[in-house]
Amino acid sequence: MVKYLVKRIVLAIVTIWAVATLTFFLMNAVPGGPFLSEKAISPQATAALEAKYGLDKPLIQQYFTYIGDALHGDFGDSLKQRGRTVADIIGMKFPVSAKVGGISVLVALIIGSLLGCIAAINRGKVMDSIVSVVSTLGIAVPSFVLCTFLLFIFGVKLKWLPTMGLSTPAHYIMPVIALAFYPTAYIMRLMRSSMLDVLGQDYMRTAKAKGLSGKAQLFKHALRNAILPVVTYVGPMLAYTITGSFVVEKIFVIPGLGGEFIGAIQGRDYTLIMGTTIFLAVLIIVMNVIVDIVYKIIDPRINLK
Amino acid sequence: MTKNPLSAHIRLNPEDFAPASDAQKASQVVMRESVSFWKDGFRRLMRNKVAVVSAIVIILIMIFAFIVPLFYPYKYEVQYKNANNLKPFTYSAEEQARIDAGEKVFPHVFGTDKMGRDYAIRVMVGTRISLLVGIVATAIILVIGSLYGSIAAFFGGWVDIIMMRIVDIIYTIPDILLIVLLSFALKAPLNNLAATPGFTWINKVGPNLISIFIVFALLYWVGMARMVRSQILTLKESEYVTAARALGVGRGKIIKKHLLTNCIGTLIVTTTLQIPSSIFTESFLSFLGMGVAVPLPSLGSLASDAINGIGTNPHLLFIPAIVICLVILSFNLLGDGLRDAFDPKLKD
Repeated sequence: MVKYLVKRIVLAIVTIWAVATLTFFLMNAVPGGPFLSEKAISPQATAALEAKYGLDKPLIQQYFTYIGDALHGDFGDSLKQRGRTVADIIGMKFPVSAKVGGISVLVALIIGSLLGCIAAINRGKVMDSIVSVVSTLGIAVPSFVLCTFLLFIFGVKLKWLPTMGLSTPAHYIMPVIALAFYPTAYIMRLMRSSMLDVLGQDYMRTAKAKGLSGKAQLFKHALRNAILPVVTYVGPMLAYTITGSFVVEKIFVIPGLGGEFIGAIQGRDYTLIMGTTIFLAVLIIVMNVIVDIVYKIIDPRINLK
Repeated sequence: MTKNPLSAHIRLNPEDFAPASDAQKASQVVMRESVSFWKDGFRRLMRNKVAVVSAIVIILIMIFAFIVPLFYPYKYEVQYKNANNLKPFTYSAEEQARIDAGEKVFPHVFGTDKMGRDYAIRVMVGTRISLLVGIVATAIILVIGSLYGSIAAFFGGWVDIIMMRIVDIIYTIPDILLIVLLSFALKAPLNNLAATPGFTWINKVGPNLISIFIVFALLYWVGMARMVRSQILTLKESEYVTAARALGVGRGKIIKKHLLTNCIGTLIVTTTLQIPSSIFTESFLSFLGMGVAVPLPSLGSLASDAINGIGTNPHLLFIPAIVICLVILSFNLLGDGLRDAFDPKLKD
């Protein structure tokens, strides 16, 4: 267990370092600098600004300075949004994204596993067919297609739901549906097949033979085993939600981290690019490690190696 | 000589020692004609109605994307005068005048976009671009992934360990962050390269498209590599390979006849399922404005362009969106069918 933990954590640190290094050199390979696009700025002023942020030094030196600062938890100031640190911007924008993403993840987990279970129990009946059609469709519809359809039907035609921003609970409905649809469909599929697998196991027959009620069989024996593959999917689902939020935030004009990231790249805001990339990478990787460890704790059959 | 009924003496004729004729030999064969891997898989595939329908849909979409534009009277990049934002099957004033003069004018089946370009041909070319991206990207993934995976599995030991650690790292890198960054970073070098003689084709394809391919080549092969490696590792240890070796079959024949043949099912399935996922990623990037270069359309960029006019011209959005869904859906269903047909072990 300890050996496994150490291995996972070392791998996670190496990955985060690789992401940071790749990002650093990639973004510096993009021509143009953060201060080039601004109007009415003399070359002297540009040079002064570059000197202030250390951009005049050799790239390698900049890299080591940045990594050193980052290790101390200092991600620097934003080059474009003067007077604000990268940590401030992330601290302001991330909660917005996290709220939408978190609700979507919860919705997907609950609805997905519920419908998957129902489909498996009613195998071959109408409910099963409905679930399999929905899950096949859900995997084939890209999030931006779904977003635009929702926007058109409920926002433009019926005018039931607000289309921009996040000020009231009603604003959350469409972004959450758009973000949760794909993971819900995927979890339904996963849950259905794992439930069918569990229902065919010997211990289920034993439970039935010793006279347990249907409810006890289902909740104490079947569900607890069938939910395991869904747990492993939580990590990838989180990554998907963050990715998907780029598009969803663009369409529904949500002031979240995704839009900030794209804007930072377009404006060559080096420190903000580095900050958001490292932040999101750490988030995804740490969640993946936690999910893996939790999975191995709740399922003793998995050997830790 | 009269025959004694009680005698145990056997009377033999010379004919009894003649070699058996072909007809006699054939009567001894109790087994059916051996069914080849392909024939068997294909027969199972044809029995799967959903997969057959998906295959037909894919063929129809390919005809729509590659062949129909050759005969189509409009061009995707040409802006027709005064034909902006036409509804389907309507004509611009000039075209109407030509019709009144007795000329035959081909209708704008899907109308035109806000720049006055015929939308039907744009959707066709967009479908072609999306399909090409999906197929080329998947081919890149297939080559890199299967080579990498089989090298790791073949050599084993520390080579395998190092190669697989690299895969682990790439696997955990949040891909979309790097895609977005890479497509920005690669834009300028590719533009420079396109300016030098001999590389002008890059401009035609669009530097963004090339950078999408590079991204796929860098990041997306890891799933394929893992798949192939584990497949070859299991196959290497399987009993029929041991048996073949015990019978003295040569190494080359084992690889060709046993390892490769048994891998191919997995490869076909993974490849078919990779195509929609590549199309998915391309349309996602195009939607965010990082896809193919203007005036070249792709399904994602068509949908993205149509969003602003969603209130007045929703069909401009719905047509490419539905085509994307149809393409992804049919490739997914065909992939599932192929898995059941060629690789029953993988079925969940």
